[in-house]
Amino acid sequence: MKLVTAIIKPFKLDDVKAALETLGVVGLTVSEVRGYGRQKGHTEVYRGAEYTVDLVPKVRVEVLTDDLDADKVVDTITESARTGKIGDGKVWVVPVETVVRVRTGERGADAL
Amino acid sequence: MPFDLTKIDTGATAWVLASAALVLIMTPGLAFFYGGMVRAKHVLGMLMQNYVTIALVSIVWVACSFSLAFGKGNGFVGDLHFAGLNHMNETLPGYVDNFAQVIPPIVFVVFQLMFAVITPALITGSTADRWKFGAFVPFIVLWSILVYGPVAHWVFSPEGWLFKRGALDFAGGTVVHINAGSAGLAMALVLGLRKGWPKEQMRPHNVPFTLLGAALLWFGWFGFNAGSALGAGNLAGYAFANTNTATAAALLAWIAVEKLKYGKATTLGAASGAVAGLVAITPCAGFVSPLGSIAVGVLAGAGCALAVRLKTRLGFDDSLDVVAVHLVGGIIGSLCVGLLATVDTNPLGADGLFYGGGFSLLGKQALAVVCVMTYSFTVSFILGKGINVFIKNRVPEEQEVEGLDLALHGETAYEFSTLTAGGGSSAVGPAHATASSASAREGVSA
Repeated sequence: MKLVTAIIKPFKLDDVKAALETLGVVGLTVSEVRGYGRQKGHTEVYRGAEYTVDLVPKVRVEVLTDDLDADKVVDTITESARTGKIGDGKVWVVPVETVVRVRTGERGADAL
Repeated sequence: MPFDLTKIDTGATAWVLASAALVLIMTPGLAFFYGGMVRAKHVLGMLMQNYVTIALVSIVWVACSFSLAFGKGNGFVGDLHFAGLNHMNETLPGYVDNFAQVIPPIVFVVFQLMFAVITPALITGSTADRWKFGAFVPFIVLWSILVYGPVAHWVFSPEGWLFKRGALDFAGGTVVHINAGSAGLAMALVLGLRKGWPKEQMRPHNVPFTLLGAALLWFGWFGFNAGSALGAGNLAGYAFANTNTATAAALLAWIAVEKLKYGKATTLGAASGAVAGLVAITPCAGFVSPLGSIAVGVLAGAGCALAVRLKTRLGFDDSLDVVAVHLVGGIIGSLCVGLLATVDTNPLGADGLFYGGGFSLLGKQALAVVCVMTYSFTVSFILGKGINVFIKNRVPEEQEVEGLDLALHGETAYEFSTLTAGGGSSAVGPAHATASSASAREGVSA
């Protein structure tokens, strides 16, 4: 099993969610996060004073998937989250040792 | 001399009473105007200073400062004849002949009270985020007595020395704005720099609050300026029209400067420009023509937008630009009276330089500006230093970092985390307070 984590632009969340639903993904976790990459934040000017906002709001999407579907999930997120502009985010995949469904106690792929 | 009740004009009285209520709402409006610009951990501290100023000055005004401002006394300060609002059946000194009032003295008292309230409230912008509440309270009480009372007497009372010299101030360019701006500068110097200024990020935490506050100020300002006609007639109409026109021009001028200098027109700039215009038209409202008010607004909007850089150039921490908006705006407005006043608008006024009056009025205006600035700055500075001997003005550093809301008032304005909000947490005890302060900080630094 794999955990696919994506950091995306907040306004792209709806597109990503819809694309994943179409793919057949049945569950995901979303959180609001802040960070920076090569984009290095932005500047804001209030009454002539410049402020560097280095931590930019982003959305983190996490999807648990079996090994075979991981690439498809990554491709789907990448395509649906892309604007082509700086700050589009990142997607990465890590192996998952086990997964348990809390309600039934099912383990492994059955719990996905 | 007894006040002749048969001279009361009910229309004028109704308008001035309504105006008093309009001016009252300006102080909460100011609280939100400022409150939006501070960081989330200090917003209640800011709101509290403003609301408590309403209460403090309301009592002091009745007790003695109205009498100091409008009692006969000498040219410098009134006497205590009207202390405790005694003798309200008498005509107020100097308000005879051309200046005879058609509203009852008690109505004039409540209208002028609202000016006495908002003036020290304006100071709180320059001192944001670091003034200890326990030192703030005695400062406001003493400032109302030692600074506001005398300055209002000089300029507003027909018995005052600047009034007698012919300096014109329709609604408080000197008495309110230059006065508060100078005191704000003095207290910013007395208190010193906020921890971390100017390096640390101190972004406004709620710009919509600031815009809402500016809207309340703009609305209330019609009472401030048009109410200062002390009647419900032609002059009030001119003051109203001039107030709105100058404010519109200043808003546009400020955002135009921003667009040219920084590339973008901002909402904070629009709100600031509106307030700068309101400040500058205050002394002019009942003396200039509507076209003149456009000139006042453009000068104020552009002038104040450029003046906000002064504090970083000179290194004083006027946190929310009270100097740039109120002192500079007040000076622009007061001097504009000397340029643009016309007896076509107000027969009791005078003609300024551009209306054939020569330099005479401009000279009087400059004198009033310099005297009010000097007096207010000096007395405020000494008062601030003096209070510091008994009660430290400045909150301890850890409280400044924690935030005035929690440190001084035991509250936090916002619950950022759902983990600490609502029924899940205990309503009592320091555990709850610590959790919410941690989340408040998180929200700010993020």
